[in-house]
Amino acid sequence: MADIRREYDMGSEVVRALRGVDITIEVNEFVAIMGSSGSGKSTLMNLIGCLDQPTGGEYRLNGERVSELDDVELARIRNREIGFVFQTFNLLARSTALHNVELPLVYAGVGRKERRRRSEETLEKVGLSDRMRHRPNELSGGQRQRVAVARALVTKPSLLLADEPTGNLDSTTSQEIMALFEALHRSGQTIVVVTHNPEVADHADRQIHLVDGSVERDVRTEGSA
Amino acid sequence: MQIGEILAVAFQSILANKLRAALTMLGIIIGIAAVVTVVALGTGAQRAIDARISALGARLLSIYPGQSYQHGIASGERVTLRTLDAEALTRDARLLDGVLPEIVRSVQVKYGNQNINTRVIGTTPNYDDVRNYTLRAGRMFTAGDGEARRRYAVLGHAVPGMLEASATEMLGQRVFVRGIPFEIIGIFAEKGSEGSWRNPDEQVVIPLQTAQFRVFGTDRLRSITVRVVEGVPLEQGMVDVERVLRREHGIRPGEDNDFRLRNRQELLNTQQATAQVFSYLLASIAGVSLLVGGIGIMNIMLVSVTERTREIGIRKALGATRTNILMQFLVEAIVLCLVGGVLGIALGSSGAVALSRIAGWNTFISFGAIVLAVAFSAGVGIFFGLWPAWRAASLNPIDALRYE
Repeated sequence: MADIRREYDMGSEVVRALRGVDITIEVNEFVAIMGSSGSGKSTLMNLIGCLDQPTGGEYRLNGERVSELDDVELARIRNREIGFVFQTFNLLARSTALHNVELPLVYAGVGRKERRRRSEETLEKVGLSDRMRHRPNELSGGQRQRVAVARALVTKPSLLLADEPTGNLDSTTSQEIMALFEALHRSGQTIVVVTHNPEVADHADRQIHLVDGSVERDVRTEGSA
Repeated sequence: MQIGEILAVAFQSILANKLRAALTMLGIIIGIAAVVTVVALGTGAQRAIDARISALGARLLSIYPGQSYQHGIASGERVTLRTLDAEALTRDARLLDGVLPEIVRSVQVKYGNQNINTRVIGTTPNYDDVRNYTLRAGRMFTAGDGEARRRYAVLGHAVPGMLEASATEMLGQRVFVRGIPFEIIGIFAEKGSEGSWRNPDEQVVIPLQTAQFRVFGTDRLRSITVRVVEGVPLEQGMVDVERVLRREHGIRPGEDNDFRLRNRQELLNTQQATAQVFSYLLASIAGVSLLVGGIGIMNIMLVSVTERTREIGIRKALGATRTNILMQFLVEAIVLCLVGGVLGIALGSSGAVALSRIAGWNTFISFGAIVLAVAFSAGVGIFFGLWPAWRAASLNPIDALRYE
């Protein structure tokens, strides 16, 4: 990511949410992006997740110039390369855990049987093999977030992108989810977590602090891993 | 994304809001039902008229004697149509498969001590075939009977009643036509009124030559009726008749015909046109109700898009393309319309059946109309679903995800 800018044109004034951010995230890094609200971290996350396009600068993902891709290709990247975990889980309420996890594979065009097999496998990995047929409202917050993690991982993305993954969870379940992240990291998964919670950031081995749309500090920590 | 998956999502979302879906569908159901019923009524009326036309003989042309004109002034006598003309038509016309000369007089007919005045027609043996009569008893006279100028008579269905006798006892007996004895060899079955002022059942039919030489002493025909070969347009048959008769009458090019040609179908064309206008009118009213139903679909789809903004955001974040989302909502609208359409067809068909049972109206539910109705309801789904679907597809994923 080089010199990323994102400006919002809010009618009379132009809001510059990001004023030139340069970061490189290596494969198998566990990065926490930190900052208070309004620091631009959500904007940065949307850009990393290809939900949004920068107004300036260049973003390469696995060498591919994302900033030049069209809508269909962006959808493909979101589908194959990035796994999202949201603060509010964002599961489809009417579908079972299994179907929620299958969803990215549906858009990837994976066949029914293969889809089922991979989804079950991934749910097992997050420790939910006994809850596959349950709907989100029959699951606890921690379980829901684990379904979301499974959904994010099922396409074997290059990047797991989490936005305040523990924001809606109590401290015990937060610990569980972060432990899950660390385990994934150990098995080679690249992870980016956006958070304002230092406890969460402590699990990462690199912390990027944003202030007013620029990188203020970029520190490597030992993490707990 | 496979079509099966899209359909599954569409059904799931319809089932999640059963009442709303049912009420939306109601609009389409009523619209399609109205269209199906009206089209069934229209087709039924059309068929009734067509049936009358073919009973009258849709392939028949009538030739009547005319006047010869020179420079717009009627000159000389009224030109006559003769038996020779009929022979020429039989011989030379290429597009006709029936030529029916008729000598017609209204004369006295006597049976026993009963005495009536009715039409006597001298004609050829193909009379029943061309005019679409069937025999109730006995037989039609033959060409040989004509050659031999036999005094054979075939009675119309109403004649025995007029003579106060029963049909069965009359067969083989004698009637007197203008005092000349005829043997009754056949009696026609009832034909019923064709809507003309003449009752086709009140007549006596005798061989042409018998009429010409023994009864009336004339070869002047009231008319010649010809039947055009099946599949040939009436206009071509008319040209053929003109060609033969003009040559026969020695009419030079540029001179007017001295006979009149009438297409019997013209009589009914006005009636048909009226029925058509009526059914168009009804269909357009039904169309309006379908339009209202379609707008209902659009309304509900827009609500559905708003309601599921977050879901759209999630799907986009997980890799759904614009097309995926567009298809999902479009298919949902089409499914709503198609299900409504099928129910509407069922309702409309039973409505049409009920109308024909209770009110006795002619209705006819054609396969084509049903196919059209289904296609139309799918079309309504696409047309009214497209805009909401497009709105859903073009939602920005970030805004959609943030939407509460």
